[in-house]
Amino acid sequence: MQVQDLEIIYDELAREIDRAGEKSELFLAKLSLLLANELGEKSLVLELIKSSSQDL
Amino acid sequence: MHQPTDTPRPSIYYKYKVYPCQPIQQLRSQTRKKVAIAGAGPAGMTAALIMKRMGVDSVILESERQVSQGSRAIVFTRRSMEILQQVGVAHKVMESGLPWNAGNSFYRGKRVFRMEAPLSEHDRFPALINLQQQYLEEYLVDACIDAGIEIRWGNKITDILEHDPVVKMRVDTAEGEYDFEVDWLIAADGARSNIRQKYGLMMEGDSYEGRFVIADIKIDLDLPTERLAFFDPSWNPGNTVLMHREPHGIWRIDYQLPPGETPEQALSPASLEQRINAQLEMIGKGGIPWEMDWSSVYSARAMTLPEYCHGHILFTGDAAHMLPIFGVRGANTAFQDSQNLAWKLALVCQKKAPVDLLETYSKERVGAAREIIQEGGRSTRFMTPPSHGFKLLRNATLSLALQHEFVRPLFHWRTSRAHTYADSTLNVAHHASGSSAEARVGAVMPNIKLDNGSYLLDHLSPAFHLIVYSDFYDSTEMERMETFQAELKEQNIALDILAIYGQPGACAKPSQLYDSENHFKQFMWESLDHGPRVFLVRPDQHIAGCWTQPDRNCFAQVQSATGAFFILQ
Repeated sequence: MQVQDLEIIYDELAREIDRAGEKSELFLAKLSLLLANELGEKSLVLELIKSSSQDL
Repeated sequence: MHQPTDTPRPSIYYKYKVYPCQPIQQLRSQTRKKVAIAGAGPAGMTAALIMKRMGVDSVILESERQVSQGSRAIVFTRRSMEILQQVGVAHKVMESGLPWNAGNSFYRGKRVFRMEAPLSEHDRFPALINLQQQYLEEYLVDACIDAGIEIRWGNKITDILEHDPVVKMRVDTAEGEYDFEVDWLIAADGARSNIRQKYGLMMEGDSYEGRFVIADIKIDLDLPTERLAFFDPSWNPGNTVLMHREPHGIWRIDYQLPPGETPEQALSPASLEQRINAQLEMIGKGGIPWEMDWSSVYSARAMTLPEYCHGHILFTGDAAHMLPIFGVRGANTAFQDSQNLAWKLALVCQKKAPVDLLETYSKERVGAAREIIQEGGRSTRFMTPPSHGFKLLRNATLSLALQHEFVRPLFHWRTSRAHTYADSTLNVAHHASGSSAEARVGAVMPNIKLDNGSYLLDHLSPAFHLIVYSDFYDSTEMERMETFQAELKEQNIALDILAIYGQPGACAKPSQLYDSENHFKQFMWESLDHGPRVFLVRPDQHIAGCWTQPDRNCFAQVQSATGAFFILQ
């Protein structure tokens, strides 16, 4: 992805998390499912879940 | 002295009958029997009735003098009805029950998921049918009486002194105690089985936090007979509510309790009234008068004993496992257990099979329970999320379901179904290829409607059957099969032949079964061009083997397969 696009997504995510307030976790869970469905590949998604859980 | 209540249990719609107790002198004079069954519930009576159909008597010991309190198991699956047909009560359930096949999930006032079980012209019974457990038990009791099966009401097993190779029990009654000895004891004494507890037998699996109130109310509701599931309702945030219609104007409401609330608090009349009114209000039925019949609390569990045979004590039903209410897994699993157990125990009692045949009961049914725990576990984690993570994902799914199709299948409520004993040692090792996925070895024989309006499973009573399909009646082939059948009979092996013909041939006989629309080929064969014409079916209607034709190779394998069940006299 182009950095400029990544920057736009970055900002949008941050703002949406703020807007969601207490529901931010729910928002991120929904987004995870929507993105997983779009990607459509189980092993890729499971790999990304693993990546995300590193270095927390 | 065991004094069960002799006052009819209270109910606003069911008339409880208090059954008589036999005098103690009579009981003391008959203290040695082949088989005793602890518990006159669905599991116990189904086992007794199937054994009787195979020629083996049993005595049922029931500590109470009436059928169960409350409606309890209200939903019976098609497979359960097929089993109840084998014991002769299915038609009664059909007369008084409410059939249905669709389930709905609601969230924030919107229906987010609907599932309809397909209706096939080849099934005699509907996907699901609702009837209160008291009625089912009453029909089973009547069937036992008609069959001459002795039920000892008010007899409570208080101790077991030995359990291998015979079972020696102490039984308590209102008139005193007596000792009772049997070769086999079927423990069908329910979730709180005293017998299981006596031996300290532990179950494996999961116990979930979620607790539910189940309440039966009499109310006139203009709603369809379908499963209604409400998620995260406004009056019960984060929890789940279920509604089912029962006969006689009764509705079952299940709702989850908030964590920390005790059963006593939950069952207080004020609490019940407030919550039931809140639910009715939410679905737009507030203000309609209603009356409470029965209420109880249960917790969601998914557990099984790892082994159902303990010496000469055989566990079945809730005594053997506690399975999730989601997917109606309780009584529906019990029927399958007892059907599997009964034919095997009958053969062992008749000395037609070695005792280790009973090991296959345990292996097959523990396997089924583990499958249910897997599948049911998913449903349970969705209905009553056990942790923060599961709660989050469940709520994310609820929210997405309002706008997005892709998550809706996650609402799928996995219903109790028949199991395929794919790895059973009772299956014929080398069998013909070409059978359909539905008619694979280990599965229940698929049902088809025949020309005369009967169904294939109607003809599969508790006995071994050799089902043979031919396009036309062939007298030579039939003679060969009848000769083989006679040879087996000489070895004390009983095998029924069920012949199905595509067309009446030149020598059609009135009693023959025809399938002129090729349903047999469509359902049993992978390809319409060729497939196995012969199926060996067990007394529980599961397929043990299949062959291309009834030739010598087929007969040899059937002989050794059934010979494995039988010891030669």
